[in-house]
Amino acid sequence: MSVVDRQEWDVVVVGAGGAGLRAAIEARERGARTAVICKSLFGKAHTVMAEGGIAAAMANVNEHDNWQVHFRDTMRGGKFLNQWRMAELHAREAPERVWELETWGALFDRTKDGRISQRNFGGHEYPRLAHVGDRTGLELIRTLQQKIVSLQQEDHRETGDYESRLKVFQECTVTRVLKDGERVGGVFAYDRETGRFFVLEAPSVVIATGGIGKSFKVTSNSWEYTGDGHALALLAGAPLLNMEFVQFHPTGMIWPPSVKGILVTESVRGDGGVLRNSEGRRFMFDYVPDVFKEKYAETEDEADRWYEDPDHNRRPPELLPRDEVARAINSEVKEGRGSPHGGVFLDVSTRMPAEVVRRRLPSMYHQFKELADVDITAEPMEVGPTCHYVMGGIAVDSDTAAARGVPGLFAAGEVAGGMHGSNRLGGNSLSDLLVFGRRAGWHAAEYAQGLAYDRPPVDDAQVDAAAAEALRPFSAEAEEQPAGGPPENPYTLHQELQQTMNDLVGIIRREAEMEQALKKLGELRVRARRAGVEGHRQFNPGWHLALDLRNMLLVSECVARAALERTESRGGHTREDHPSMDRVWRRINLVCRLTDPTGGLAATDPVRGQISLTRQTTEPIRPDLLALFEKEELVKYLAEEELYE
Amino acid sequence: MSSYEARFKVWRGDAQGGGLQDFEVEVNDGEVVLDIIHRLQATQAPDLAVRWNCKAGKCGSCSAEINGRPRLMCMTRMSVFTREETITVTPLRTFPVVRDLVTDIGFNYTKAREVPAFVPPADLGPGEYRMFQEDVDRSQEFRKCIECFLCQDVCHVVRDHEDNKAAYAGPRFLMRIAELDMHPLDAAAETGLDRKRTAQDDHGLGYCNITKCCTEVCPEGIKITDNALIPLKERAVDRKYDPLVWLGSKIGRRSSSA
Amino acid sequence: MATGTEPPDTDTHASRGGVRSPARAAITPPHLRTDRWWLAPAVTAAGLLAFVVYSTWRAFANAHYYAAPYVSPFYSPCLAENCRTMRMGPNADLFGSWWAISPAIIILIFPLGFRLTCYYYRKAYYRSFWASPPACAVAEPHGKYTGETRFPLILQNIHRYFFYAALLVAGVLTYDTVLSFRDQHYRWGHMGLGTVVFLVNIVLIWAYTISCHSCRHIVGGKLKHFSKHPVRYRAWQFVGRLNARHMQLAWASLVSVALADFYVYLVASGAFDDPRFF
Repeated sequence: MSVVDRQEWDVVVVGAGGAGLRAAIEARERGARTAVICKSLFGKAHTVMAEGGIAAAMANVNEHDNWQVHFRDTMRGGKFLNQWRMAELHAREAPERVWELETWGALFDRTKDGRISQRNFGGHEYPRLAHVGDRTGLELIRTLQQKIVSLQQEDHRETGDYESRLKVFQECTVTRVLKDGERVGGVFAYDRETGRFFVLEAPSVVIATGGIGKSFKVTSNSWEYTGDGHALALLAGAPLLNMEFVQFHPTGMIWPPSVKGILVTESVRGDGGVLRNSEGRRFMFDYVPDVFKEKYAETEDEADRWYEDPDHNRRPPELLPRDEVARAINSEVKEGRGSPHGGVFLDVSTRMPAEVVRRRLPSMYHQFKELADVDITAEPMEVGPTCHYVMGGIAVDSDTAAARGVPGLFAAGEVAGGMHGSNRLGGNSLSDLLVFGRRAGWHAAEYAQGLAYDRPPVDDAQVDAAAAEALRPFSAEAEEQPAGGPPENPYTLHQELQQTMNDLVGIIRREAEMEQALKKLGELRVRARRAGVEGHRQFNPGWHLALDLRNMLLVSECVARAALERTESRGGHTREDHPSMDRVWRRINLVCRLTDPTGGLAATDPVRGQISLTRQTTEPIRPDLLALFEKEELVKYLAEEELYE
Repeated sequence: MSSYEARFKVWRGDAQGGGLQDFEVEVNDGEVVLDIIHRLQATQAPDLAVRWNCKAGKCGSCSAEINGRPRLMCMTRMSVFTREETITVTPLRTFPVVRDLVTDIGFNYTKAREVPAFVPPADLGPGEYRMFQEDVDRSQEFRKCIECFLCQDVCHVVRDHEDNKAAYAGPRFLMRIAELDMHPLDAAAETGLDRKRTAQDDHGLGYCNITKCCTEVCPEGIKITDNALIPLKERAVDRKYDPLVWLGSKIGRRSSSA
Repeated sequence: MATGTEPPDTDTHASRGGVRSPARAAITPPHLRTDRWWLAPAVTAAGLLAFVVYSTWRAFANAHYYAAPYVSPFYSPCLAENCRTMRMGPNADLFGSWWAISPAIIILIFPLGFRLTCYYYRKAYYRSFWASPPACAVAEPHGKYTGETRFPLILQNIHRYFFYAALLVAGVLTYDTVLSFRDQHYRWGHMGLGTVVFLVNIVLIWAYTISCHSCRHIVGGKLKHFSKHPVRYRAWQFVGRLNARHMQLAWASLVSVALADFYVYLVASGAFDDPRFF
């Protein structure tokens, strides 16, 4: 086996989206030599797609807002399944994280008195989202990117080398977290451009790889979202939490087919857009669930007054949390009241003048104009649910973002579980990235400094095994008849996987279908071992996809197993055969672990699968946090014994 | 839905060489060039290298040259071509090629590092920033940039003259300097950094001959030339070529220090 | 690598610099554009050339530039002794009798300089005459390029002085337009077709002058905080709206000034009789 280049760092951050970059900045500022590895170019992470804003209770627009209200909204949105300590930290620290961005050069939209403007969003009681038009994610990424550059400029002034303390390895993919016994020792990665392998040795590894949307056919996620971090953690022995909760954003584009799934920002509704079915009815009024009855308007008049006078009117039901809206659209379409291409209508054209639409929603205007040839100032958009976000993820300690059970492994952002419970509110994602990105970077740096004289070694055997695993797709072609059949096309496998997840573990789930999905996943896993690629290692997308398939299959199995296990409907998990929320399930977390003794290296029994599932009871919510809610509300969520504990 | 077979020529190769390769490929209603490239990958050329991420014109990864014009593949609809047309897709021709449609755009990251970062005002802490919308509008326009680097690719200063790359930052990063110079709270001047002067002296603003190709290709519709480059040139004139302004600032400085 | 995953050898291509530099994708044609990219620079070149020919003839003609009450914009203000007498007109014998050639030359320097250093015209002639570049993503034919970094093109930076001069010239032409509200006998309160031509011209001249990028910088663009200068902010916005049409105004005013001159020529040479309205 060839000699693989090795480098030593203190902290390695996998992923250069909002959480990864924030973690890297924090680690570097706390003195750790930090490397960032990302699959795409620096600054292209999926975070740029976030449109609406960053939720933070700064109370710039409505003075009644504070962290307690934000905490309450987050818990309600997540149907009380949230890891409450995370929700608390998130609500408390978000404003500081936003303000900090300004000191790094971010330019948010302003209020009349010169502060950061905040906008309304689904599930948030007050206008809370700091934003820049509808390109907030881009602003966030660019600000963090430029902050990194400014730190590198500092290092350059001191050491003469931009990359002496903080380096970005762009277009590199990590395929394994390497370990020394229980502890993390570094990562194994390949460089897309050259196809070469390398090892970064580091006592701390922060996983910030985002989500899993590319396992589904209709998704707003970019190609990178193949669940790499989830899989890396599983393979390294860390558990995943509540993977059944997958958020389907209610409004994705549905026509033409090539853009199906691309997001239509929630700000369209926050700024006055309404949902209508083919009969022209604002159907959301028919779908307000009991737990939200008091908070939402019952008539169109009241809903319309709310935009101007939110203190004396209740909000329009279009602004219910995303899971509710997605389900409502799904039922409308199913009952034959959908739009021509199988969605519903989202209309701003009759709600505000064309010029206002163009100013408030510039990128939506462009997106529809250029991709669908629809002028949203003159006609309604057609929208439908699209796979958007996974609430589940790596089980972490709330305060330190440390992955449970694997010392030295940390996780932040979408890849970490718990924060959002069963459903994430819009705008809480960007703030999550910042709050927990910082915490992960902080504790990763601290942990690494503690091991400064006891760095975990990485043995060659692991590196060789990882290299062999990564090269496997090339030999699949070469072998005469590799075990069990001809080489498989990775693109075909990927399409089949996406179709399976979309159809069988999608927005509405049924027991029989999920069992079928698990069976299909088993088959795909066997076939994926024969995924073969043509050409050589230099920038070969077929090869990259063949390697990503392992991750998507692992993660998909987690989603399907957990979804099958949870016999209730809650947030981003809807069971047709168990349509209501069950208070008993509130305290139950479903935890996925890798069972495969070879750590994913050998073929596994297709029936038994690679994942084992256990139930864990969560710790009770701290009394002072519970006291923020009315008793009548808690009764709807909490089991009897929890209420009287 | 109607579909047809389109003729494509796609550049394949690497730094050692390569050429245009012919393909016939299915095209369906509403598709964009990137969809077709993906179909080629899935059916005819699994190792065809291409960068892409969001497929919605927001990340600026899938820059290429289509029929000789720098464009985002995800925002170029097939309906702008006739069915008879042969569509040629090549990598960006200003940067070293890596493989197929992927180029080494390291030039841009190098230039990004050479522009001094935002300098926060010393007397304001987080949460104390007050800025007015009219004061941030200009810089916000430039911050819409998705860094697709099509402007860097099309700019003849470096496209046609490799040796200018050392001295010239390119439209994207001259615009970044303009953005910082127009930032209402940037305190560079207080630390002795004159962005107006360095734009000319260190970043090659003088190479720009405002022929506006950067503005023409910008997928975000940013008025790079009119709103960033020319105002920056005028600001440089204030510093370097306008004796009246120079005199005024001398007198002003003296009276304010007195 | 043992797996045969190393890149295959392909033949190297001849390199010649620019888009054909060694490391770049091996594509021989200097551009692959399939549209009529040459049309715009060709039209621009033709238009500018036509104006140059016409204005050179008229500037050196030293004749048929005054037909009371109209003075050709090419000859206004008229600053030498050899100028035709124009009652109340923009005559000032600053240069005396030694100036022997056409007095238009003295004053045309300023509008010429203004337009020559104008950010729009620069683009126009760099593209159409210099082919630097001829069109976007079409390789330029020059081996070396230094842009506006050194003499003589570094002089483009004095555009704002020509802008100040252009303001004065526009002021004089405005005065000429006022004078055109007289009849042949210098009685006020009359109008002819020429008055309309002058009015249209002066509006376009002002619009072009005000829409200048230097003007936009001076009225407000140079400010860091618009919020502290509300009046200049409004002025900057107004100039900005005009500035977006700078190209159109550049052409419109170029044509209108030539037409105004040509109108005076027709009337002064007796080829055409100025129709009087009242």
